Amino acid sequence: MVESYLRDRLKEKKILLMTHIVLGYPSFEDAFRIIEAMVEAGVDLMELQVPFSEPIADGPVILKANQQALESGTTVQKCIDFTREVTQHFGIPFLFMSYYNILFIYGIEKFIAAMAKNGLQGAIVPDLPPEEGTEYINAMQQYNLAPIFIFSPTTSNERMEYLSSFGKGFIYCVARKGVTGAHTDFSEHLEAYLARCRKATDLPLALGFGVKDRADVEFITGKVDIAVIGSQTIRIVDNDGVGAVGDFIKGLRRP
Amino acid sequence: MKTRGYYEGFGGAYLPEILIATFDELDETFQQAKNDPNFWQEYTNIMATYSCRPTPLTFAGNLSRHFAGARIYIKREDLNHTGAHKANNVMGQGLLVKRMGKTRVIAETGAGQHGVATATMAARFGFKCTIYMGEVDVQRQRPNVFWMERLGAEVVTVRDGTRILKDAINESFRDWVTNMDTTHYVLGTACGPHPFPEMVSFFQSIVGGEARGQILEIEGKLPARIYACVGGGSNALGMFKHFIEDPVELVGVEAGGKGLASGQHASRLSSQDGSVGVAQGYKTYFLQDEDGQMKETHSVAAGLDYVGVSPILAHLAESGRVRFEATTDQEVVDALALTIQKEGLIPALESAHAFAQAFKEASSLSETDIILINQSGRGDKDIFTVADAFGDPGWQEFIKNKAEEYHG
Repeated sequence: MVESYLRDRLKEKKILLMTHIVLGYPSFEDAFRIIEAMVEAGVDLMELQVPFSEPIADGPVILKANQQALESGTTVQKCIDFTREVTQHFGIPFLFMSYYNILFIYGIEKFIAAMAKNGLQGAIVPDLPPEEGTEYINAMQQYNLAPIFIFSPTTSNERMEYLSSFGKGFIYCVARKGVTGAHTDFSEHLEAYLARCRKATDLPLALGFGVKDRADVEFITGKVDIAVIGSQTIRIVDNDGVGAVGDFIKGLRRP
Repeated sequence: MKTRGYYEGFGGAYLPEILIATFDELDETFQQAKNDPNFWQEYTNIMATYSCRPTPLTFAGNLSRHFAGARIYIKREDLNHTGAHKANNVMGQGLLVKRMGKTRVIAETGAGQHGVATATMAARFGFKCTIYMGEVDVQRQRPNVFWMERLGAEVVTVRDGTRILKDAINESFRDWVTNMDTTHYVLGTACGPHPFPEMVSFFQSIVGGEARGQILEIEGKLPARIYACVGGGSNALGMFKHFIEDPVELVGVEAGGKGLASGQHASRLSSQDGSVGVAQGYKTYFLQDEDGQMKETHSVAAGLDYVGVSPILAHLAESGRVRFEATTDQEVVDALALTIQKEGLIPALESAHAFAQAFKEASSLSETDIILINQSGRGDKDIFTVADAFGDPGWQEFIKNKAEEYHG
């Protein structure tokens, strides 16, 4: 589902945009308005992060958003209920992103069934390699949802092929070492890595970690299929408010 | 990912993709070292000449008479260099760092003992060193921050989350995913993703290996019970490992904080509040809410104030091989006072948990029984906390005067 949607969109656009928000941050009402602004501005798909108290792969911006969302009373059930409203209102694919304990405690199959029922189309679980994720992978397949797996610059060619054999929808390529939100050097070094990713999988490629402005998006256009904007949209909301999101997104691609 | 390391369903390696290659390298280096007889020899040589191994086993005659029950022996891990069993783990991992050709080490610390131990190891081996420490722990263990900095380590105060040990671990992982080419993360306890639980227990098993030989030599028989405090679980596993096959009751003592009913504790296995989850890269019992969010923990002892517990101990708890108990902050302070008074020994507040539980049970055993307590560290570092707990007026006066001096 996700893959065919992406392939259709790629017939009209040279690069697609995926954005990332943390549910319940700054509030559910604001999150809804941010999604609305993003969809209007042409975002092609979105990751909705269910906050977790120990987000070890996230940098300071998303870490803080996780903490504040939890402090203001965000629960897993509220996140699940909220997505029903979102998928009914907006016609782009939405994915859940969270850490494995959130699924594990809710009940893996129960969580995935709730995702399917509420119209979510896939999930990214950054601390769940396929070796540990048999139950998750099977349930995602059963409910026809896309488990998104991650390539990193330290992943061998052989392992990329292994990961790709479990992935659906697209592959999320991490641009560099480190956590989300830090600076990325968009260089030839990156090109060589992306060429390795392309060779290892037939799935569309998304590139995230440090993609923050039009120059970055232009650099990776033609090299990957999806640019992922994570921490930067949260920074925009923090600094300039929800109203600034639409213009920021529109400015990322040439009209 | 080559191996995952499970203990009957606990453990594993829930790793972000960026770290998979680093863990494969670490596991391979560790397995090679473990199977190389020269490596253990090199390790024990260093511990004999740089730390104080073998550490003695002290017969606590006065405490034994006081409780009129079992004969009490104390394994003196407090006599290690830097004052705790933590030295065993860091020197072992330091040797692995050399084998991997890395040049920088990072570590989390709660009480500060592991941070100080890592900083000494880094100084000794010529590694750069960064230590992550929660803001709450920086405040209660300032003397250790002072020593880490003197030893050349950069100490980073962690202000995220609950600002204690688990948050320092998260921050260490964030450093590691950025700098793994040059950097090894010296995890301080038998927790985290495989191979850390196995590797840390392997190095710490030097404790129980010595203790078993010592008690057999002195008494000609095995102890009836062995007590060790449990934060992450490294000193307990180090003590228990060589006794696992023996007819010896093993008792792990967790932080009961302000009492199990108060909810303010760090008892993952001995209370009803722990449940199985996955965080910080491994599966074990955590203190978490119904959504899987980690809870705040409490203990008078910073080194036991941790939300998870070694997956190896989680397995030994479920199998019933190790019994788990909790002692409260107050019981611990009382046990510390008694130990100081009767034996002239000063256990760390962490170690005093093991003493407190042993004291509850000593009288019920006979004079022919032996109990063994692991004094995992020394209490000098806790002077601020202990002086507060004792309400010592002379100490308060000293601190006031000292503060005035600095103002002057």
